Amino acid sequence: IGMKVRPVLSDPEKQRGRSAAVAIAALVIAAGIPLWWKTTETYRAWLPAARISELEALQLELRVEVEVVFARGTLSPEQQKKVPASRITYESCCKSKSLCLVEADHALHTLTETSCGSVVIYIIPEASALLPQDMRVYVGRSRTALLRSQVASVVGAGLPEVLAALDPQMEQVLQTMSFNHQDVTAALTDRLRPGLSTRDSLADSMRAFKSSPGYEITFSLLNPDPKHHQLHWDVEAALDAYIYPLLHKMAPVANFSVDSQILYYAVLGVNPRYDASASAYTLSADSLAHVINPVEARLGSNAASSNPVLNFLLYVPDSLHSPLIIRNDQKQEVASNAFHSPRWGGIMVYNVDGAYGNDTQFPVDIAIDMSRVMGVFLSQLRLMLGFQQTGAPPGFVLEAAGREGVAEWELDRLLWSRSVENVATASASITSLAQLLDQIANIVINDNIAQQVASAVTALQAAVAELEAGNLALALEHSREAISASERAFFDPSLLHLLYFPDDQKFAIYIPLFLPMCVPILLSLLKIFREVQQHRAEKRAKRD
Amino acid sequence: MANIIAVVCASYGLAQSVCDGEDLAERFFRSDHTNNWAVLVCTSRFWFNYRHVANTLSVYRSVKRLGIPDSHIVLMLADDMACNHRNPKPATVFSHKNMELNVYGDDVEVDYRGYEVTVENFLRVLTGRLPPSTPRSKRLLSDDHSNILIYLTGHGGNGFLKFQDSEEISNVELADAFEQMWQKRRYNELLFIIDTCQGASMYERFYSPNLMALASSQVGEDSLSHQPDLAIGVHLMDRYTFYLLEFLEDIHPASQANMNDLFKVCPKSQCVSTPGHRTDLFQRDPGSVLITDFFGSVRKVEITMETINLTVPGIPLERFGGEPHTETALAYVDQLPVAQIIHQKPKQKDWHPPDGFILGLWTLILLVFFRTYGIKHLKHIF
Repeated sequence: IGMKVRPVLSDPEKQRGRSAAVAIAALVIAAGIPLWWKTTETYRAWLPAARISELEALQLELRVEVEVVFARGTLSPEQQKKVPASRITYESCCKSKSLCLVEADHALHTLTETSCGSVVIYIIPEASALLPQDMRVYVGRSRTALLRSQVASVVGAGLPEVLAALDPQMEQVLQTMSFNHQDVTAALTDRLRPGLSTRDSLADSMRAFKSSPGYEITFSLLNPDPKHHQLHWDVEAALDAYIYPLLHKMAPVANFSVDSQILYYAVLGVNPRYDASASAYTLSADSLAHVINPVEARLGSNAASSNPVLNFLLYVPDSLHSPLIIRNDQKQEVASNAFHSPRWGGIMVYNVDGAYGNDTQFPVDIAIDMSRVMGVFLSQLRLMLGFQQTGAPPGFVLEAAGREGVAEWELDRLLWSRSVENVATASASITSLAQLLDQIANIVINDNIAQQVASAVTALQAAVAELEAGNLALALEHSREAISASERAFFDPSLLHLLYFPDDQKFAIYIPLFLPMCVPILLSLLKIFREVQQHRAEKRAKRD
Repeated sequence: MANIIAVVCASYGLAQSVCDGEDLAERFFRSDHTNNWAVLVCTSRFWFNYRHVANTLSVYRSVKRLGIPDSHIVLMLADDMACNHRNPKPATVFSHKNMELNVYGDDVEVDYRGYEVTVENFLRVLTGRLPPSTPRSKRLLSDDHSNILIYLTGHGGNGFLKFQDSEEISNVELADAFEQMWQKRRYNELLFIIDTCQGASMYERFYSPNLMALASSQVGEDSLSHQPDLAIGVHLMDRYTFYLLEFLEDIHPASQANMNDLFKVCPKSQCVSTPGHRTDLFQRDPGSVLITDFFGSVRKVEITMETINLTVPGIPLERFGGEPHTETALAYVDQLPVAQIIHQKPKQKDWHPPDGFILGLWTLILLVFFRTYGIKHLKHIF
């Protein structure tokens, strides 16, 4: 009574059972596995991988357009005939001998329209009195240079020989005015092996800010002693007159936002030492490094943007510690009484003790001489923005920029190095983004990222093409586009990698879900397979 | 002749400037960094994890004292101990028993607090992938010449660190985040300190260059806490960070102590666990790395030699920006919009079923039960 009886299935039932098992297995394999795969994969939009891998082996070719103008007296008549286009207007405007260099340069500048990035070299005869005897080259404020020809016009020498003889000198002029090997390697310092760039160019690259779409400049007046000094500084007018022209010229490079503030009861973090010989308080060069931190905690910054901030501080010492002078390593007084910190800004100490005597009524009204202050800040600003202070080669005279802030060829120099830097950074961002996305398989790539990457690659290729063609302004524009698109793609908030699961955890998640379902299917398939084999063996036995 | 003299003078001048340049270059190139950042994270909540908040705050205090400003510190505290209602001394977090040192102080700026401290936010801060509306104080705005100090503390295990008692970050994710930082050159050198159980497992998977790591215990060991305070009722600090704080209190901004001294902090006799460190990915020799390279912020300075002569007499200052525009006076938005409050519509309450409905439903169920199975079961209930 308690015996278990196995039900005996008839053949059609067995057949039905077999076909049901096979159908379920087929459904699971054909529809289930692809469905599971599709629904658990991360969405990755297509990236132009071929074009990105091209970027890895990017070769930059920089072309400068040079126009060489021969003045009368440098070429013999036969050579002159061979020159394609000759300008004779030079003589007409520079007749008088007492014309000074600056005026000549200005007159020459009005002759030709120079586009961004190009250089015009005027070759003047050796005997010309325009340049002093020992100077060979004069570089003016615009993109022109005067080169004294040292090739005596030999009868019979053809034009190619004259040009070949001038080549090394012209190359030197171009290396000063446009770019040289050191500038380009300095622009690429973070992508190159250390040791390739010289220490000076490395110091320059550490000092200047990296290329960024915008900068914020803050001018601060620090008054630790409002009881004695009532300071007035007309910073708006001074900015209008001295700083905004420079920033306006730099508009193609970046956006600038300028603000100013006055801080009261702000002290330097170090105690100056009194030096009886100079009857002044002194700050030595090593203590300067500790000045900045306590002050920086009190400086405000614009919380709205993430642009780098340049701080320029004007410190007026309190009446007990006036006058305050800065001494350098050799214990000599510093003429500017100012110092700067790389990638941060500058501090100038402005002494006002000469403006009042001992028995005046405090607080004293003091108006600050903004032109002196802005002279220092302007030179510090130039250093921070990347205008290097590399000296001129021997025999060169470089006209100082003066009130305009920056000469046009200096700006061109900066544009060359910025374009190269932007192209390098953008291509590095794109290639490393593609590499990261390849490496970390569980990051979702949305469509907008793919679009940003594609537009960055297009802009990069356009920038490289423009650099090859010599159009510096267009190249800079394209490189800025490329870098902003690549930064937006790289730092997109959606590119956070999903949770990492080690493989054993993945198995632990899937086994309870799939194993109970798969085991019956597999076993039934095995059973069917064995039955079919048995059936075939019986058939063969029957035949034999 | 004049040419020769000129050339000689020029070369002499060049040599002189090279000598000055050498001194300057020496100071510049002793280390490559121009600014310092610190990311200090405490990952545990609940009152009994008081010691993790005290750990983080004591490192914060040292870092601020040595010069890093608040704008360059990202401080993430997962719970508020100073204003916790179990704190017998509100607005204080002590690190020594007998309440000797209050590390909370007057000047704490916490950037990520409470539930904002998550794995996602931590990784976003490191990689820079924050939404555009994030304010400056919550971002890590480092560049390729920044030295960054990262300090993590909390409860951890072999290969993970627990955040907020509900999620974890694994050592693989951390290593990937550092690699992403390196790809974008978001740091020059990075010092990673972790004070958790089995902390050494967190730096096992690093593969990016210029990383130095310290941990309070090896894999398989637990980091122990230091001392309880009987008045507050919890352990105040972990051992490793306690001795680290003691070590850092002796450092001042001009100190020359180097990393080898830091590796000796808290030997096994004091810490019970074995602190570990990893320097194979670091390019410089640890003996030449100053403590202030990471914990302090010693700026490089240069004397400004050139100035531009702008004092040309007689030339008036030209207005560049045009007419000075008069600014309209600004006023505050109406703080208490009384008109809107008075005419407010009554708030709609959520719908609940009427109260008797549920009672009636249960009565019905009981009646049906007894009807079906007989009244005799009633005596088992009453």
